[in-house]
Amino acid sequence: MSDVTKKSLSDLVENIKNKKLSSSEVTKAFIERSEKSKELNVYITEDYSNALDKAKKFDEKPNFDLKLPGIPMAVKDLFCTKDLRTTAGSKILNNFIPTYESTVTQNIWKEGAILMGKLNCDEFAMGSSNETSFFGNVQNPIDKNLVPGGSSGGSSSAVAAQLTPITIGTDTGGSIRQPASFTGTVGLKPTYGSCSRYGIVAFASSLDQAGPMAQDVKDCALLQEVISTYDEKDSTSINFKRNEYSKELTKNIKGKKIGIPKEYRVDGMPKEIEDLWKKGIEYAKDCGAEIVDISLPHTNYALPTYYIVAPAEASSNLARYDGVKYGFRAEGENLIDMYEKTRSEGFGTEVQRRIMIGTYVLSSGYYDAYYLKAQKVRKLIKNDFDEAYKKVDAILTPSTPSSAFKIGEKTNDPVSMYLNDIFTVPVNLAGLPGISIPAGHDAKGYPLGLQIIGKAFDEQNILNIAYAMEEKINFKNNITDWWIK
Amino acid sequence: MTIDLKTIKHISKLSRISVDEKKADKLAGDLNSIFDFIEKLNELKTDNVEPLTSVAETTLKLRADEVKSKNLREQVIKNSPKDNEDYFVVPKVIE
Repeated sequence: MSDVTKKSLSDLVENIKNKKLSSSEVTKAFIERSEKSKELNVYITEDYSNALDKAKKFDEKPNFDLKLPGIPMAVKDLFCTKDLRTTAGSKILNNFIPTYESTVTQNIWKEGAILMGKLNCDEFAMGSSNETSFFGNVQNPIDKNLVPGGSSGGSSSAVAAQLTPITIGTDTGGSIRQPASFTGTVGLKPTYGSCSRYGIVAFASSLDQAGPMAQDVKDCALLQEVISTYDEKDSTSINFKRNEYSKELTKNIKGKKIGIPKEYRVDGMPKEIEDLWKKGIEYAKDCGAEIVDISLPHTNYALPTYYIVAPAEASSNLARYDGVKYGFRAEGENLIDMYEKTRSEGFGTEVQRRIMIGTYVLSSGYYDAYYLKAQKVRKLIKNDFDEAYKKVDAILTPSTPSSAFKIGEKTNDPVSMYLNDIFTVPVNLAGLPGISIPAGHDAKGYPLGLQIIGKAFDEQNILNIAYAMEEKINFKNNITDWWIK
Repeated sequence: MTIDLKTIKHISKLSRISVDEKKADKLAGDLNSIFDFIEKLNELKTDNVEPLTSVAETTLKLRADEVKSKNLREQVIKNSPKDNEDYFVVPKVIE
């Protein structure tokens, strides 16, 4: 049985199609392993008995033409799932049962996959370590004391620990790529407008994107193919010709020009990260790519810009949580008192902090100095990429400035926590696709990731580069199942 | 720039989040270190730069104003923390 959970998504699909495995067998195997893995705290809500029922129904009347036939899957608890509790990792949505399904998850179920449950994440996706979740922190299967990254920390941990064959996360400033890097898994943040935001609990609407998280690049491509659709329910969904990413996947990247931005050599970057990057450049050359030095001069301004734009949008999006129509309510002496107590008790510290920052930068007298200024700098950051892409097809950088850090290490210093996203945030600000692939280990044996950034709508190209490099890198994750007694 | 306790009280009022003295102190400290970090943007001259409001280069589409979902009144009301089956219930607003 345990061998089943070791298989990649593509293998499982193959096995189910060839009738070597049934959906019930596969679903049972992942549920059994998840039951033994409670210590990792990846689940907020389990839906195992419904999953087993659905698997049985699939086996009785299988449809092998689907892309994810009878494949069980858990998803980040930021996606609304009809009739199944959706919390966004927050007390304020502790008892919220959506009356509708997010477009991205709907696309997944349409292709035959089966929901196993909802995965832990930072509250409202605000965090880089999964420590802001109301439902407790998640452990990294690499080591008991390590964070799994965030905000999609339950998702990264679950994929790395083989508790779900594949999953989806969301990425506003690095929330797919950073946890993928911390756990030795693959995570893709698609182009803004590629995956519908309909039914995803909103954090920062001009930055949020859903994307796949997987054991390998091929699985990632397959899930991207399923979730990326034009959706009229999302006013920023973009109608472009989407590739069949998994079918068109190729390791032939000969002659592709890959840019190396000099500004990503940040002060105090550990030598291990610098070495990993150099190794990455060699791998890319081995694959036939041409390396080009480029400049993204406004890189250093991306994080300060992000910490104006994202909280501003969050403060507006989170205004809806008022204790009236759904979610948690604290009683108050009058309506205003009820609002203030509800939001004070219902939101955690980091979320309150960001609402306050956002409210301040949007408030009368400060709007031009902060918010408008940030939008202008955002334009400069996007212009940097536009210039670079006149010379190159893709950009290669480290995914994170360090490997996974210890639980509790950065919780008291918000700015040091924010610095984690230094290499991922510019990609969201410019609306580009980026993928993190595991590329090596540091001296402690913790995984490190490399990021490949593409032109807008050029997911196929970065998937191809990742696919070619993955073979050369031949990464092996050091996971010992220490949590299984 | 420093954010003082008076400003924290003002923002907390605008944010509809109640803040006691202890929390206000902690928030002032955190927000000041975050704004120190944000001030970096002032190094850049941006007078002639157009602000970027969205990376999606699309114009908002118009659509017919039609009801597409079923009547979900019952399920929607069920999610509320306090209701009388027909309405959401809130503390008295008008005397």
